[in-house]
Amino acid sequence: MDLSFFTEVLVGGLLSGVMYSLVAIGFVLIYKTSGVLNFAQGSLLLFSALTFVSLIERGLPFWAGILITLAAMTAIGALIERVVLRPLVNQPPITLFMATLGVSYVIEGAAQLLWGTQVHGLDLGIDDRPLEISGVFVSTFDLFAAGVAGAMVAVLILFFRYTGIGLGFRAVADDPLAALSLGLRLDRIGTAVWTAAGMVALVAGLLWGARLGVQFSLSLVVLKALPVLVLGGFDSIAGAIVGGLIIGAVEKLAEVYIGPFFGGGIEGWIAYVAALGFLLVRPAGLFGQKLVERV
Amino acid sequence: MTIREILLSLDGVEATYNHAIRALSGVHLTVRTGEIVALLGANGAGKTTTLKALSALLGAERGQVTGGSITYDGSDAVRRWPYELVRQGLVQVLEGRHCFRSLTVEDNLVVGGLARRRSRTEHRRDLDQIYALFPRLRDKRRTLAGLASGGEQQMTAIGRALMAGPRLLVLDEPSMGLAPLLVEAIFDALKALNREEGLSILVAEQNSAVALRHADRAVVLENGRTVLEGTAAELRERDDIKAFYLGFGVVDGAARSH
Repeated sequence: MDLSFFTEVLVGGLLSGVMYSLVAIGFVLIYKTSGVLNFAQGSLLLFSALTFVSLIERGLPFWAGILITLAAMTAIGALIERVVLRPLVNQPPITLFMATLGVSYVIEGAAQLLWGTQVHGLDLGIDDRPLEISGVFVSTFDLFAAGVAGAMVAVLILFFRYTGIGLGFRAVADDPLAALSLGLRLDRIGTAVWTAAGMVALVAGLLWGARLGVQFSLSLVVLKALPVLVLGGFDSIAGAIVGGLIIGAVEKLAEVYIGPFFGGGIEGWIAYVAALGFLLVRPAGLFGQKLVERV
Repeated sequence: MTIREILLSLDGVEATYNHAIRALSGVHLTVRTGEIVALLGANGAGKTTTLKALSALLGAERGQVTGGSITYDGSDAVRRWPYELVRQGLVQVLEGRHCFRSLTVEDNLVVGGLARRRSRTEHRRDLDQIYALFPRLRDKRRTLAGLASGGEQQMTAIGRALMAGPRLLVLDEPSMGLAPLLVEAIFDALKALNREEGLSILVAEQNSAVALRHADRAVVLENGRTVLEGTAAELRERDDIKAFYLGFGVVDGAARSH
């Protein structure tokens, strides 16, 4: 086996895995604090990319576009929480999941209504020429995406660990009733979480949009995030990152080394095979919460 | 003893779960400032529902108050948000402790103070007071609460509620699953808070012996209604009480004679 070729495939896979992690983190934020698997994360991502591109095409400067999109995402996140999920509080998880499925289509429809259906190119001004690092070619764009993802994760971790609101988040995630009994406002925490998920969707939307072009199939990246969540655990940010890296690497390595036996094209589904296999061994995922309990 | 003002009063409270299952059908109870009141009754008598109703936590369990009135500190406490009552000093320690398992013992305590605006020094002083009350928690402060022992978890849950600055502390079965010595230590700590800080306490207990030894007054529930009320000293004297709500075999005779 050619080692430098292997390394190149591996690095390429890991970096594309970072993109999956970005989507998965949005899921984790909401699942961790409210137990809702937010299927609408994909359409939020699409909406943010589409809004940003459309604003830029109408001649707005880059940063103004970012700020307006961020404001829109914050508003949408808060609105979903208030209008859809808060009235459904205490309902079974499947009800909440169906609600987010509905929301997902509403957002897609709204995006279509607002910005039209054509495909847009999104240029973040990052050069996509491969960079050669000690004999291995790496995409500059992928490196940039990894950097952004890393920065975002660092901010989230600092926030959860060192701020009062972050501690409140973790308390609510652990035991909502106890949090309520101590006077924490679950409504406010819910709004804050959805706002954060909206911001994560913005970052992921811009990077994915720049990679694939801004189009409606962009909302299907949620399907890429599911195996990542199964692998990493639905309630762990660290899990979303490691899961994303593993899925990314598995996809690329499998495509290159196993793909030829199947006539190629296995990149699309091998992640699910890996996730299924993993489910059998570790149902809670790599970093998923195992019950901390004394018996 | 001088006449003290009524801090909490429940009058004919009725409650259901899911608008279908009737859990309370006439609970009367009062707590005066500076008092320790024990709420006694067998399993399923409605102690937990009563406490959740008066802390506005019933809604979170798909329950609702359907009749009667609950007044805390002079204002209606039925259609309120839990955080409003906590801000007014009504804080509950839930049955089964409900510690934040993946947080350290100290973080659990800190969460208790989150809803209050305290300066850094006040906050530090609050923590030190909890550690003075329960020295074991100081040694365990870096331990994940989920891995602490039952007694430590109960102390954490009480300490956490104290961080919220209660005037009326409501406890649901603090003795559950604890060794007698620990139960005694916890009740001693509560008694000290009551004596030194004037904290009013309402405690639901199945362990009537301990509760009656520390309480000023007691209220007995059966099938979701108040059936008996009196000073702890009076109730301690009555033998039928034990048979009646502890479920010690004597079921009919003594119990039904009320």
